[in-house]
Amino acid sequence: MSENLSAFLYLVASVCFILSLRGLSSPETARNGNILGMVGMAIAILTTLASPEVVSYTTIIVGILLGGAIGTVIALKIKMTALPQLVAAFHSLVGLAAVFVASAALYSPGAYGIGTAGNIGVASLIEMGLGVAIGAITFTGSLVAFGKLQGIVSGTPVRFTGQHMLNLAIAIGILVFGIIVVTTESHMAFWILVALALVLGITLIIPIGGADMPVVVSMLNSYSGWAACGIGFTLQNNALIITGALVGASGAILSYIMCKGMNRSIFNVIFGGFGTDAGAAAATLGSDGDRTAKSGSSDDAAFIMKNASSVIIVPGYGMAVAQAQHALREMGDILKAEGVNVRYAIHPVAGRMPGHMNVLLAEANVPYDDVLEMDEINRDFGTADVAFVIGANDITNPAAKTDPSSPIFGMPILEVEKAKTVLFIKRSMSAGYAGIQNELFFKDNTMMLFGDAKKMCEEIVMHLDN
Amino acid sequence: MADQSVTQNANELRDAALGLAEKAAKLADNLAHQAGDMATSATTVVHTSGVSPTVLGLTVFVLACFVGYYVVWKVTPALHSPLMAVTNAISSVIIVGALLAAGPIEMNLSKVMGFLAVVLASVNIFGGFIVAQRMLHMFKKKK
Repeated sequence: MSENLSAFLYLVASVCFILSLRGLSSPETARNGNILGMVGMAIAILTTLASPEVVSYTTIIVGILLGGAIGTVIALKIKMTALPQLVAAFHSLVGLAAVFVASAALYSPGAYGIGTAGNIGVASLIEMGLGVAIGAITFTGSLVAFGKLQGIVSGTPVRFTGQHMLNLAIAIGILVFGIIVVTTESHMAFWILVALALVLGITLIIPIGGADMPVVVSMLNSYSGWAACGIGFTLQNNALIITGALVGASGAILSYIMCKGMNRSIFNVIFGGFGTDAGAAAATLGSDGDRTAKSGSSDDAAFIMKNASSVIIVPGYGMAVAQAQHALREMGDILKAEGVNVRYAIHPVAGRMPGHMNVLLAEANVPYDDVLEMDEINRDFGTADVAFVIGANDITNPAAKTDPSSPIFGMPILEVEKAKTVLFIKRSMSAGYAGIQNELFFKDNTMMLFGDAKKMCEEIVMHLDN
Repeated sequence: MADQSVTQNANELRDAALGLAEKAAKLADNLAHQAGDMATSATTVVHTSGVSPTVLGLTVFVLACFVGYYVVWKVTPALHSPLMAVTNAISSVIIVGALLAAGPIEMNLSKVMGFLAVVLASVNIFGGFIVAQRMLHMFKKKK
């Protein structure tokens, strides 16, 4: 195949990828978009296979079949609640693949047409170094994120003195060895660079707490894109550069949306944040001793909701943990049949990855027209009879609006306190991720429903049926 | 007498002018040749050096960033999870690099690394697209 033809086909593949992302602008067009993405990938792979340098087809087909089989089985078996860790694990694979490709380019540059061993151009070495460093950080960083989401690694922030200094020292080390690689093309320096980047991935992500994982996962998503870009520059392949830029931009935008949902900067999430200064705030607010929250039973909840005309359900990570989405949908269906207007309100950072709640509700067959984003539904809480909060806490805390000393002050919240009655399903009175008490628990119009989210929904369904 | 010398002068002048014209024509011809030569050498220069591939790549990169920015802002927040799965799958287009490394016939370290990268990227491609399709399937309009 001529170089011009393959460059053209790579362009076609890139356009397919752009259109596949474009398709995600609405659920109706999304499935076709996804298929277009697959077509683009097939074009890119076949074009590469047709290039004259590629002759060893057996190895390649074995590799694709092996990887494809593993990927297919995982994707079909995975539970929707385990999605965040799956995505994190997948990101780590992209990172590792980028490391392999960059080192392959270093050892036999001829295969990529970037010179001969010992004589690789400076530009190629810079791109290779960038690609491999970002790839390695993505690899270990995503592994840590996976461990935290899966519960293998502690979800609580791991902090120690001199952490930032250590990270800075490693980053400088990466830079120094990067310069050595570019000037001398030393393989030794290259591997030291890789090792340092692998360590940096761990030390960067380990201090970040479990509930900040949406930001981390999006950020790593972005990194995997930039790594692909770096490799694309090395190979002088536009399909890789374009796709990498798309993915990089996508991850960056998602991180931005998540940070905005918490009113925090990306630096605050990565370098500081909760768990360090929240202790003082918790002490001032932790005055539960002299106040009691009103608690109710599933029977009470069923009665209140049956007689309501409008119910807004606010799901959080607790719903995902308890796998309560199906019982919740059943409850919603019965209420709807009773003539109650049932809607769902989604906070941008609810759950452990962007859009996590939407997927779980969709899995439970909740029509997506009933599921509304924060900006769309926030003003409706004032006219709602019941706000039904299931497994969420910080994202409803009015302290974010009223208490300037609160660590979450300024974070946009779902204004559930404006509803006539607030029902809170929680396992205990414990604080949310931000480590602060929720004033809402002690309000007169709040009723706490203590128990497992799934069990509670099932009980409410039972009482509604009677 | 004076008439004769004027005619002679005029003739001499004409000859000189003719000679000059001839020379000018030759010069122009030479110049044209030189320009042609320069043009040819210029095209060869463009082919060998010209705008470096890195700069061309950078152009593509910056434009693609803008495309990505505008396309991703259009994605509905409800589909942010599938977006992550899809971007994860398409970022595995680095399989292109892996295939080139695994492609040559002779066995060496870079071929092994290429093979490993092919496997990893394939896990991602298949896994990412399938899990995205599973999710999107759930977002079908309910009757």
